[in-house]
Amino acid sequence: MKPFRTLTAVAAPLLRDNVDTDAIIPSREMRSVSKTGLADGLFANWRYRGETGAPDPDFVLNDPRYAGAEILLSGENFGCGSSREHAAWALAEYGFRAVLAPSFNPIFRGNCVSNGIVPVVLDRAAIARLALSQEDVPADHPITVDLQACTVATSAGDSWPFAVDSEAREMLLTGSDAIEQTMKRSALIQSTRDADRKNRPWIYL
Amino acid sequence: MAGDIFPSNGSNSPQRATGRTLFDKIWTAHLVATLDAATDMVLIDRVLLHERTGAVALKSLAAAGRTVLAPRQAFVTMDHVVDTRPGRTDATIMPTGTVFITETRAAAHAAGLTLFDLGDPDQGIGHVISPELGIVLPGATLVCPDSHTCSQGALGALAWGIGSTAAEHALATSTLRVQRPRTMRITIDGILAQGVTAKDLALHLLARLGSNGGAGHVVEYAGAAVAALDIEARLTLCNMATEFGAFTAIIAPDEKIFEYLRSRRYAPAGPDWDAALAAWRDLQSDDDAVFDQEHRIDAAEVGPMVTWGTNPQQAVAIDGAVPEYDAVARRDRREAYDRALAYMDLAPGTPMIGLPIGAAFIGSCTNARITDLRKAAAILKGRKIAPGIRAICVPGSSRVRTQAEQEGLDRIFLDAGFEWRESGCSMCFYSGGESFGRNQRVISSTNRNFESRQGPGTRSHLASPETVAASALAGSIADPRGVAQ
Repeated sequence: MKPFRTLTAVAAPLLRDNVDTDAIIPSREMRSVSKTGLADGLFANWRYRGETGAPDPDFVLNDPRYAGAEILLSGENFGCGSSREHAAWALAEYGFRAVLAPSFNPIFRGNCVSNGIVPVVLDRAAIARLALSQEDVPADHPITVDLQACTVATSAGDSWPFAVDSEAREMLLTGSDAIEQTMKRSALIQSTRDADRKNRPWIYL
Repeated sequence: MAGDIFPSNGSNSPQRATGRTLFDKIWTAHLVATLDAATDMVLIDRVLLHERTGAVALKSLAAAGRTVLAPRQAFVTMDHVVDTRPGRTDATIMPTGTVFITETRAAAHAAGLTLFDLGDPDQGIGHVISPELGIVLPGATLVCPDSHTCSQGALGALAWGIGSTAAEHALATSTLRVQRPRTMRITIDGILAQGVTAKDLALHLLARLGSNGGAGHVVEYAGAAVAALDIEARLTLCNMATEFGAFTAIIAPDEKIFEYLRSRRYAPAGPDWDAALAAWRDLQSDDDAVFDQEHRIDAAEVGPMVTWGTNPQQAVAIDGAVPEYDAVARRDRREAYDRALAYMDLAPGTPMIGLPIGAAFIGSCTNARITDLRKAAAILKGRKIAPGIRAICVPGSSRVRTQAEQEGLDRIFLDAGFEWRESGCSMCFYSGGESFGRNQRVISSTNRNFESRQGPGTRSHLASPETVAASALAGSIADPRGVAQ
């Protein structure tokens, strides 16, 4: 996984609450047993017109000003609903490396961290100001997400701190693989399982 | 206000936190290591997979050259994209569905996991078969790459939904690294009125707490109304905890649970059973346990519920109306409210009862167990659904289907005009195969009414199986109370 330290990029504002994972990647867009091939299906129900399949010019990702956006700004409870990690895979494949929202669904937040996407919790007012700070030419007013300093800043220098737990931050900063990290503790896991087996033998089939 | 929710912050309580919650007890028993102030590594006792998100986890694990540490503790079912029409094969209506089935089968066999395949009498929706087979047990940790894993907390397990990468982690190491959840207790006093179901209670709580009201919490359901619920109703109640963002839900196991589990296939037997029972009887929150949040509601306040919008929190009493904005302003932003009404083609003030429907669906991990089917059948018996309504019943598991057929319930559904299906998730969600169609209004016993969840442009109203059955008869949303025979 690609390490994340700091990112300066255009931020696409999708300022809705309760953006669910069915909206992020509709189930019908999950066509193969794979973590890829999902970017075209990202937000498909909003991005394309239902009747014709043509891009809907009113949807933010079809607005040329936000072409190449790597940051997504959104509302409360982002990523609610289905646990499908395809939502995080689709966002990453499209090019998003950070999502800024007032709150996240816990499963989705974990899926972001597993895939190098930084889930940044910021209040609604800060997110609204970040969206406005890009004015009419977002490419000239990009947003910076600094995971080392744990801050988000506008191009004019306004900035907000954010909190992220140290475990997730470390994984994102180093791009390390959680399974590999855990396997380094396999002796401890084995001894814990051995002790537990004596207490709860019925668990160990 | 009677019946309202009174939030209180446990940490501000003058009482000292001496007791332990049910969650604390299970978590401590599974702790391997504390990784940082917010994160622990815990033992995972059971992993459950399905073909939609499980195959990719198994495939990715194998590609990385890793193996499943405890294959006998991992189980696989086929439920998400399998066809549910009678006489099914590996072929799916979803264009590329078959590959999910064949790859899951191959990966499960290669990894040595127990698979409940198509044609197996134990096949069914994961959260339905796991209790049926005694895979989930009180005090156990169970994970599945599926958000409705929280259902299984009904048996006193700590069961939660994860992503596919986390599933790989659990398979490879029998552990997970988890941000420690906060605790919430929702106590439901009194008793649910006749004709009011666990589904109505779940929708009532969602409307009260909001779609983010349980965020990051383990929610323990307690109180007389919960103790009175049978196991299947408890599964329904816990099922929808993910809809308010909870980490999971749990109910302290009692004698009903122990009796239910006795002699299930993977439940402990012989001397292990006695030892397990002794351990399970300690699985309850201590009297002086302190929760991060407490809510208390009166069961008498709860009536049949139905959703009007595109998020499960957008629910009202069935004898109510589409709310005016002021009534939901503390929860829904204006834009979300307007958007939901436009999508659902509804106006404020429209009564829910009498709203014409085009289809009715009974199925899903929320409400397709045998008691759900019996209650719906009691309403449908000897009657016909309204002309032009498409009505479908999909049993939650093959065992439920067989049981229902032994009881003659299939005939009642078929005679009423319902389709009678094989078990699976079916049209709870649209995967590219079957859908109810654009602008169709569906009354559904499922868990999500998101935009296009049941098909592009389909308008879903969530309710209990009883309400779905009564509405199918009426051809419009109907109150089930008094309709059962």
